[in-house]
Amino acid sequence: MLQVWKSFYARSDPAKAYSLLSPALILVTLAMLIPLGLMLSFSFFTQTSFTEIDYSFTITRYIDFFQSNLLVSLLIKSVKISFIVTFVTLLTAYPVCYYIAFYVKKNKMLWLVLLTLPFWTSYLLRVFSWKIILGTKGVINSSLINAGLLSEPLTFLMYSETAVIITLTHAWAAFALLPLYVSLDKIDFSLIEAARDLGLSRLETFWKITLPLSLPGIIGAILIIFIPTVGDYVTPALLGGTDGRMLSNMIQAYFGKVNNLPLGAASATIMLITVAIVTMIVSYTTKKLTQRIS
Amino acid sequence: MNDSFIQINEISKHFGQVKAVDNVSFEIKEGEFFSLLGPSGCGKTTLLRLLAGFEYPTSGNLLLDGSDITALPPDKRPTNMVFQNYAIFPHINVEKNVQFGLRKLGLTNDEIIKRVKDVLSLVKLEGYEERYSSQLSGGQRQRVALARALVRQPKVLLLDEPLGALDKKLRDEMQLELRTLQKEIGITFVFVTHDQQEAISMSDRVAVMSEGKIQQMSSPNELYKNPQNIFVSDFIGETNFLKAKTDSKDGEYIIVNIEDLGSFKIKNNLNISENASDVICSVRPETMMIDKEKSDWDICLEGKIKQTSYLGEMTKFYVETKEIEKIITVSSQYFDNQSFQDGKCFISINLNDISLLNKK
Amino acid sequence: MEQKNNTLLIYTLLYFAFLYIPVLFLPIFSFNDANYMSFPLSGFTTEHYEEMWEKTNLHKALWASIKVGIVASVVSTTIALFAAKAFARYKFRGQNISYGAIMIPFLIPEIILAVAILVIWLSLGFKLGLVPVTLGHILFCTPFAMLILIARIEGFDFSLEEASRDLGENAWGTFYRVSLPLYLPGIIASLLLSFIISFDEFVLAFFLTGSDATLPMYMWAQMRFIQKLPHVLALGAVIIVFTTFIVLLAFWLRNLGQGKDKAEFGIKIHE
Repeated sequence: MLQVWKSFYARSDPAKAYSLLSPALILVTLAMLIPLGLMLSFSFFTQTSFTEIDYSFTITRYIDFFQSNLLVSLLIKSVKISFIVTFVTLLTAYPVCYYIAFYVKKNKMLWLVLLTLPFWTSYLLRVFSWKIILGTKGVINSSLINAGLLSEPLTFLMYSETAVIITLTHAWAAFALLPLYVSLDKIDFSLIEAARDLGLSRLETFWKITLPLSLPGIIGAILIIFIPTVGDYVTPALLGGTDGRMLSNMIQAYFGKVNNLPLGAASATIMLITVAIVTMIVSYTTKKLTQRIS
Repeated sequence: MNDSFIQINEISKHFGQVKAVDNVSFEIKEGEFFSLLGPSGCGKTTLLRLLAGFEYPTSGNLLLDGSDITALPPDKRPTNMVFQNYAIFPHINVEKNVQFGLRKLGLTNDEIIKRVKDVLSLVKLEGYEERYSSQLSGGQRQRVALARALVRQPKVLLLDEPLGALDKKLRDEMQLELRTLQKEIGITFVFVTHDQQEAISMSDRVAVMSEGKIQQMSSPNELYKNPQNIFVSDFIGETNFLKAKTDSKDGEYIIVNIEDLGSFKIKNNLNISENASDVICSVRPETMMIDKEKSDWDICLEGKIKQTSYLGEMTKFYVETKEIEKIITVSSQYFDNQSFQDGKCFISINLNDISLLNKK
Repeated sequence: MEQKNNTLLIYTLLYFAFLYIPVLFLPIFSFNDANYMSFPLSGFTTEHYEEMWEKTNLHKALWASIKVGIVASVVSTTIALFAAKAFARYKFRGQNISYGAIMIPFLIPEIILAVAILVIWLSLGFKLGLVPVTLGHILFCTPFAMLILIARIEGFDFSLEEASRDLGENAWGTFYRVSLPLYLPGIIASLLLSFIISFDEFVLAFFLTGSDATLPMYMWAQMRFIQKLPHVLALGAVIIVFTTFIVLLAFWLRNLGQGKDKAEFGIKIHE
């Protein structure tokens, strides 16, 4: 029997691949898939008192969620903020990647290391540094007041949606830079020269050649910025105030001081579903758009 | 000499729907320089990897020197391989590369040192012990790969297109050197190549493969002079194909009606039946004669030169004739592109130089 | 290649400024002896750094983060090494689904992972603490480690492993003598970067630590008090310098002996 199995093993690539993958797949199953399943089932329970939960099945939590103006508006705001952040990050990062991919000749690696370095420093500290800058006693306000240019601090800087958007754009930049750079760098420069040779202007060449060919990077960037920012907790908690609050802050509250685990689980599930829907729409559009390229 | 040193018995290897090797059987003699020749995707490399143990056959078995090696992993086989890209370990130097495979052989330190020294002198790499792969030229890497495999004194050396990455001049040199080396050490070589000239010039025997099957297996000479089918005739060297119809048999000859030329009695090497109807005549360009005047050869046709290509040692002429629709390729060492000012010429064929092949 | 484009160059430099200046404020103000963070700076002091020696809570949190980081990076790099080998070496049915499943923790909002682990941990009746945090970090670091290692292994010439088998080494001997030394820069890069990710991670720790604070948790607690800000600034500056050093070391290792334009930084978008 062992012999048979051994010879099957030696002959089969999938068997080898799956035995190599098994630790990772077991980890994902035990530490993520099963917990997510349990979280889903919690969303169908009821918190009866501070310590007790009624385990009978009900969809009331979902009804609660959608009847709550606060929760629905937080969900919409989270999605809206994420969209704006994604769009702004892409738009600002694209020219930088374009420059490095096509104009930088020496030490491209160094440019990229420098570009991604801030991303590796603590997320919490990066967000915090914006608090230092934008806060009521922060760099901008204090410096302007010290210089006598202001008598009262500018309050709109801090605890607002704008503060959240600026900070997130800064925090997630690396996630746009890397996929964009990789896809731009892959473009064979002779294609661009060919387009110019065939009579297209610089702008036309960009629209008709460069942009479509960098689409995979754009799509990749959209997904890996949008998905995590929808659920961002730190930035709105530190900088959002009431105006910039997002859904994650409520989820944290349900698992913390409000202590309503089922409603928290339902909110997390709804966030997950939102993310899944956006991912599917983006992937579907990508397929349609990139079919012709690849 | 053992005539069935390697036995390949009804070996098939399928990758999903693709039959990379399709029910192949043959034997390789001890001490032979044996080549597997064919276009890319013909299954030659798969067959070599089956011999090395990197692939296991879907069906069939392999015998080496009388023992079944079909299920043995590569490290347990008395074969060694020279890889197409040489696969020199980049993190250790030449000496360590050559020593790599000796660890498990249970040799003493002195034996190891002696073997490494001997093999490095055999491949003319003395003094390169401390170098790393990145500090070697293509030809030197090839020698390291060779030394690393030979130092284990394998029963069979497997070579996977080892000369493919070298430039033309170096390749010609290495061909000669490999051939000499093989005769010197007497180890059986199984050599995979897509280059027909390489296979023909180096090998004792060649197996021509296509679509997972052996098309013909014989000496290089035989391969060139007596191709067994259209594929081999086309793949080895250059040839002209003429359509013909069989008429009647006459002992070892057969009477065929060559399209546009009439009836001829031609040697029937493949023993084609007179009922075969459609057959193909193959005539090599260098067997024909091109001249300014008519000749008394079996067939002589008047033609007009449409195009020439000058190759130095000979010239190729592409000739249009009244009789044959196709352009005929003729090569000559006597005339060149300046010999026929008006383009008018005669081309002559000997019936002995026509080989008759089955239409597929 | 095009020649020059000054507009784009200026824009790129401004973008660099946008990326770096906010982070640089931490070290700058950590040496300032005023309570307000304002320009011009009032005076130079190192007292905020000296304070750090006395805070035992800080030392406890640091030690907790180091423990979690070491376990998380070693375990996730090991798991990821096997997985990366499978993806780089073999083609098999279910490849994309497996890849997606392993990448999910990297993609979905961290808060969802945190909540899911919290729910199962409490349901099983276990105590919150560094153990669930470590589990969460392993889950979160594995996709990162895998991306770094795939980038390393992908360009790997697998005929080297075949050559080793051909020369008489078995599977383990081949791994030890050929694969491991060649993967090593990637493995170390993965260990360092996974450690940094775990070391800086906040959300999972926030939900799962209970009373054993990690370093980010400690900072979080300090950030709320305006009078403790200079202390946080100093600590943050130290962390940033430390992180930068480790990350540069990891990048340098990762690119050791690799094609110079393999500039994916371990983050490869699977298409």
